[in-house]
Amino acid sequence: MKSVQIILRRELASYFATPLALVVILFFLVLANLFAFFFGAIFERGQADMTPFFTFLPWLYLLLCPAVSMRLWAEERRNGSIEMLLTQPISLWQAVLGKFFAAWLFVGLALALTFPLWITINYLGNPDNGAILAAYLGSFFIAGGFLAVGSFTSAITKNQLIAFLVAAAICFVLLLAGHAMVTAWFESWAPQWLVASIVSLSFLAHFENIVKGLLDLRDILYFALVSVFFLLASTVVLESRKSS
Amino acid sequence: MIKTQNLTKNYDGLLAVDNLSFSAEPGEVLGFLGPNGAGKSTTMRMIAGFIAPTSGSASICGHDVATDPRAAKAALGYLPEGAPHYGEMSVGGFLDFIADLRQLSGAHRKARLDYVMQRLQLETVYEQTIETLSKGFKRRVGLAQAIVHDPKVLILDEPTDGLDPLQKHEVRTLIGEIAREKTIVISTHILEEVDAVCTRAIIVARGKLVADDTPAGLKSRAPSGRLEDVFRDVAA
Repeated sequence: MKSVQIILRRELASYFATPLALVVILFFLVLANLFAFFFGAIFERGQADMTPFFTFLPWLYLLLCPAVSMRLWAEERRNGSIEMLLTQPISLWQAVLGKFFAAWLFVGLALALTFPLWITINYLGNPDNGAILAAYLGSFFIAGGFLAVGSFTSAITKNQLIAFLVAAAICFVLLLAGHAMVTAWFESWAPQWLVASIVSLSFLAHFENIVKGLLDLRDILYFALVSVFFLLASTVVLESRKSS
Repeated sequence: MIKTQNLTKNYDGLLAVDNLSFSAEPGEVLGFLGPNGAGKSTTMRMIAGFIAPTSGSASICGHDVATDPRAAKAALGYLPEGAPHYGEMSVGGFLDFIADLRQLSGAHRKARLDYVMQRLQLETVYEQTIETLSKGFKRRVGLAQAIVHDPKVLILDEPTDGLDPLQKHEVRTLIGEIAREKTIVISTHILEEVDAVCTRAIIVARGKLVADDTPAGLKSRAPSGRLEDVFRDVAA
């Protein structure tokens, strides 16, 4: 696993090679706080929790995660560096994991930098910090799921913009699978077990508990499984396409 | 050493490499010649473990590339066509990254890094990002990454492509220097390079091996004694 670490470090360093990383983080932080205060009325509602903040996070991830993951493989395949990388004594899986963890750590950093809001809520009131910490952890895992989708879309195209858009689209569908809009349509014709399966696919459904601060292992496991699935898919795609 | 046996690559009906078998031993510098599209790069990529062959096998120092890729790649230094790299990295940073992946450490690592920096004249550009370098410098960075771990086998895809005559001479001199205990395969279009550097040359055309001989042996096939004429006869 030493190779995974080496690749992780290189990838993470390359994020900060340009000011782009800081712009992305700044953009995310501004939006996260804006949504919490204006759409979520986190101040007006007078309740000592961060529910409004966490409620909007998955929608912000729709922007942030594809933006971070779009460069994971598309750029390597476009400029040929993938050939240099994969002829080093490492496995494809180690490369996929190394890059994924770098992206995940980066998003984790962006998430961690929202701590001023946490401090503010603590200053204004007396929240259940354990629940908030649990919610942070849970949202870290959702980001992981989105980033794995992004790793996959980045592997199927050489164009970063397409990688971004397709990742956003897939994450959008995954997010909305449990929404009333979608389930209502399914309920009209589908058997109950099918509706239940589709709802269970939904990121939002798994996220609702997390927002309340209830960290159910099954929800975490779900995001972890989705991540593993899309990372495996990335590996398969890269294996078949790396020379084209 | 390198050994390929019936190496074949079929891209959905397009037979890029057709039953290619050859081997190369330590001390040999094997020239890999052929017209564009003949399958040279595809063959090299299969030996380097980047592409999987449709059938057949390749091995490096006895390690089969398909069943033991890690060991095969560890014994190999490979310079892909076009010398790809991470543009945003500095020369020093990039070589450090490769040295890490190659598990070089301690005094040996420092010695190797110093050697490639000095031998490939990269000291002046140590801090510069690779994308800002000229073509010649980029190519030398690629060579540096191929030789930093002192591999027993080297596969270089068009190593002097785009270099000026001085730089070409330097690279060929370097290859000559390290050739003694190593097995080196160079693919090239430059027929004078074959004379200058290679102990043996293979010509491939349309995926097939059409000639395998020493440069002198090949030249004797044409009445003019010129490699271009042999090449044209055999590869057309």
